[in-house]
Amino acid sequence: MKSFTYERVATPAAATAAFARAPGARFIAGGTNLLDLMKLEIETPAHLIDVSRLSLDKIEKTGDGGLRIGAMVRNTDLASDARVRKDYGLLSRALVAGASGQLRNKATTAGNLLQRTRCPYFYDTNQPCNKRRPGSGCAAIGGFNRIHAVVGASEACIATHPSDMAVAMRALDAVVETVDAAGKARAIPLATFYRAPGTTPHLETVLAPGELITAVTLPKPVGGTHIYHKVRDRASYAFALISVGAIVQKDGSGRVALGGVGYQPWRVEAAEAELPRGAKAAADGLLAGAKTTHENAYKLPLVERTLAGVLAEARG
Amino acid sequence: MKFDTPATTNPIDQLKVVGKPTNRIDGPLKTTGTAPYAYERHDVAANQAYGYVVGSAIAKGRIASMNLKVAEAAPGVLAIVTAANAGKLGKGDFNTAKLLGGPAVDHYHQAIALVVAESFEQARAAAALVRVEYERGKGNFDLAKSLDGAIKPAPSFGTEADSAVGNFAGAFAGAPVQVDARYFTPDHAHAMMEPHASIAAWEGDKLTLWTSNQMIAWSVGDMAKTLGIPKENVRLDSPYVGGGFGGKLFIRADAVLAALGAKAAKRPVKVALPRAFMFNNTPHRPATIQRIRLGATAEGKITAIGHESWSGDLPGGGPETAVGQTRLLYAGENRMTAMRLAVLDLPEGNAMRAPGEAPGLMALEIAVDELAEKLGMDPVALRILNDTQVDPEKPKRRFSQRQLNKCLQIGADKFGWAKRSAKPAQVRDGRWLVGMGVAAAFRNNINGPSAARVRLDKSGVVTVETDMTDIGTGTYTIIAQTAAEMMGLQLDKVVVKLGDSAFPVSAGSGGQWGANSSTAGVFAACVKLREAVAQKLGMNPADAAFADGKVRSGGRSAALGEAAADGEIVAEDKMEYGDLEKAYQQSTFGAHYVEVAVDAMTGEIRIRRMLAVCAAGRILNPKAARSQVIGAMTMGAGAALMEELAVDKRFGFFVNHDLAGYEVPVHADIPHQEVIFLDETDPTTSPMKAKGVGELGICGVAAAVANAVYNATGVRVRNYPITLDKLLGQLPDIA
Repeated sequence: MKSFTYERVATPAAATAAFARAPGARFIAGGTNLLDLMKLEIETPAHLIDVSRLSLDKIEKTGDGGLRIGAMVRNTDLASDARVRKDYGLLSRALVAGASGQLRNKATTAGNLLQRTRCPYFYDTNQPCNKRRPGSGCAAIGGFNRIHAVVGASEACIATHPSDMAVAMRALDAVVETVDAAGKARAIPLATFYRAPGTTPHLETVLAPGELITAVTLPKPVGGTHIYHKVRDRASYAFALISVGAIVQKDGSGRVALGGVGYQPWRVEAAEAELPRGAKAAADGLLAGAKTTHENAYKLPLVERTLAGVLAEARG
Repeated sequence: MKFDTPATTNPIDQLKVVGKPTNRIDGPLKTTGTAPYAYERHDVAANQAYGYVVGSAIAKGRIASMNLKVAEAAPGVLAIVTAANAGKLGKGDFNTAKLLGGPAVDHYHQAIALVVAESFEQARAAAALVRVEYERGKGNFDLAKSLDGAIKPAPSFGTEADSAVGNFAGAFAGAPVQVDARYFTPDHAHAMMEPHASIAAWEGDKLTLWTSNQMIAWSVGDMAKTLGIPKENVRLDSPYVGGGFGGKLFIRADAVLAALGAKAAKRPVKVALPRAFMFNNTPHRPATIQRIRLGATAEGKITAIGHESWSGDLPGGGPETAVGQTRLLYAGENRMTAMRLAVLDLPEGNAMRAPGEAPGLMALEIAVDELAEKLGMDPVALRILNDTQVDPEKPKRRFSQRQLNKCLQIGADKFGWAKRSAKPAQVRDGRWLVGMGVAAAFRNNINGPSAARVRLDKSGVVTVETDMTDIGTGTYTIIAQTAAEMMGLQLDKVVVKLGDSAFPVSAGSGGQWGANSSTAGVFAACVKLREAVAQKLGMNPADAAFADGKVRSGGRSAALGEAAADGEIVAEDKMEYGDLEKAYQQSTFGAHYVEVAVDAMTGEIRIRRMLAVCAAGRILNPKAARSQVIGAMTMGAGAALMEELAVDKRFGFFVNHDLAGYEVPVHADIPHQEVIFLDETDPTTSPMKAKGVGELGICGVAAAVANAVYNATGVRVRNYPITLDKLLGQLPDIA
């Protein structure tokens, strides 16, 4: 770990102002991912701005009947919120499928969205990795890539986004609210929040330097049956090989987002129209253009079969 | 004391303390976090500095240049040790690759430098500033592509590479029912909780090493040899070990580098291997490729058994002895086994819990299940039919005890085996496909010479001193039970001190030899102490009875402590062994029963129930023994379903080198587990009449899981671990 300086701020404006004074600084909240990355010198910020005490820890009703989730709401608190459990069960289920109780107590809503890939080559600083060291190459391509992306990847990077929470939020049409250094607020649909790796896999979101997430909003509840099925090699405390987050209505229509298949939670609205025709039709649309390796090709039938199981479960 | 004739009745047979389910006497220290593990021994030496290891970034090749300037100038740095400045170093007898590499690099993450600094953080930061230029060499990292060049290895721990009895080829060819299949087991990591860690301090030319180690005397010898100093100048102390599983049988880089760092920095230095180094810097269980051929009559009598195994290791290393148990487990007149060893430039292979037996039975016990299916026989009945009470390769040599059939029968009864559908893929529970599997567990007993010293003080407290280690197994407690039984005391009147090389040399912990061997050594010392006590009290040693803290003889009674009224009484002895081990095949046996459920849609496998029935001689402490077996069953479940060091065959290293990537079972993976021990004693093993159980427990577990998965799904996976991707293509079509 490299030496760094640290300050704690009390307001979003103070946070962005602190960043303006120290470009290259990183915001830190729960620190469940960033501290590990710093110890391994995968991230080497010279300055940390602690935003964990910002009073962004409320879950409130919005004017249009939705919810605004403060950026600093802990994963545990979000998963156990009565309104979330009642109206956004998918989100609650996805959260508790992730990490461990201890980590969920620390991890925040914004931090969860910004966690970085679990590609093992990203974690080994001896290996080439375009995400960690732009231009160095991708060791996962041609290497051990059983857990890697099958959609949206590039010649430069086949890493996946590891979040469970984000998969549910994508299905729920979440919108990310931010404020930038100039104090300007904007709302970014989660659908456009993550950047495809292309030739610049180190740029993972559309956030500008110093732009701070203040909240995530969910539109008003859509009803339906909420199911999150996370598939992994052990029963708990593992990242998803793939996951399926689905909201299924009585008439068979619904929404589906996938985890573990790409650089972002994967949702294809056009494919959802196929849901009443069954898992195969919907999975074909979701995974159109998929590119697999010898080691991760199983993800395509796994998505289809998991989705079929989820649809069967929704039918009761 | 020499043990060369089978044991008769002795004080242990009273079973007032031995054989009782007993809480660990070190339990409160563990549960309150006050047992001092190696890295936490802040009090043993003042002014400790911190060392951080630099590991090689390549698997094979040379260090072209190493620039230490920036690192040396970093805050807090006291010294940097490299092969270039460490002086001449030897290599321990138990190490294959050097523990400090350079300029030649033998494997990935081989230690090439140690940075010593005032704080851990400074040492770690400076280690990242050591600039190394490499010349990459061409390495061989792919076992499957190395089979042709594999050679017949020299005997390993007395085990020949090949064996042959009768006419295997002819008998197999003529057998009406045959199995001929290949099985694959991956590289495994010990993945123990406590990483390798050491604190080193020099006083003149004498070294003290507070470390985490299973085999104190071996490691004293290897430290001395590596550093080129007399053994007498090395003291090791390892009272608590946070898991070893074979990974701490030998000294590793932490120990050697702490010693070198302490010399360079002229003050005590502590070194722990970072978690990422635990997978490529330290040894692992090597992968195997195995071919098994079984031939049987239509009635199920095995007539031909062939087992070949290929594994790899660094030059100078040894094979994974995966065929050893096949030589002994089932009857059959025509037999062949063979091991071949390829040179691989992956990290060093070495012993891990049940080395050889674990991967060998992972394969053999699937093959037996396959044979049963071809015969249309129940796999339990097939195993029972092919039982042998003699060493099949040397039929005049009997097993000292062999109750495998009873283990299988009791297990079948308790587990409800009769409910199993012989035809696979028949049982549904909602979305789950449910199946049962069985496998035999089989691991040999090994005795080792083991010494102990016992001290009696005037308060009647007996203190046992031996360099034996407790690696989480319960050694403290069984040694206390042994001394208490021998001296007629309650447990609270016994103090046990372990792990210090200043104490008499024990058998150490490994190969499941520790429990029987180390307690036998304590038995021997206590026999001497009883004699000394009786003499001191003027009693006849032959008829003195030790009970309730008193000694009684010829109508007289005295408190035990009275014998030490005018000074401590000290006795020391060593148990040594004759050739009973050669006259009899001493082994431990068991049966594993497993029920699994497989998600018909996703292929996710969940173990529902596990049962082990074990016959392993006298069980010294049923509570600790049960913990050993359920821990081993858990490790076997990991081997079955998830554990695999993923090899990058281009760069030559294990990619998943942390506990997020190398998955071991978590609580949610482990369901109801039950262990039954047969009431058994084996008088040929020692006066304790005990054997080991710590490795027996893992033997066969993975195959029982694999067989249950087959029974549930009809999908036979011969390539461990059995992950869902290997099932998906053959699961029922989705609606």
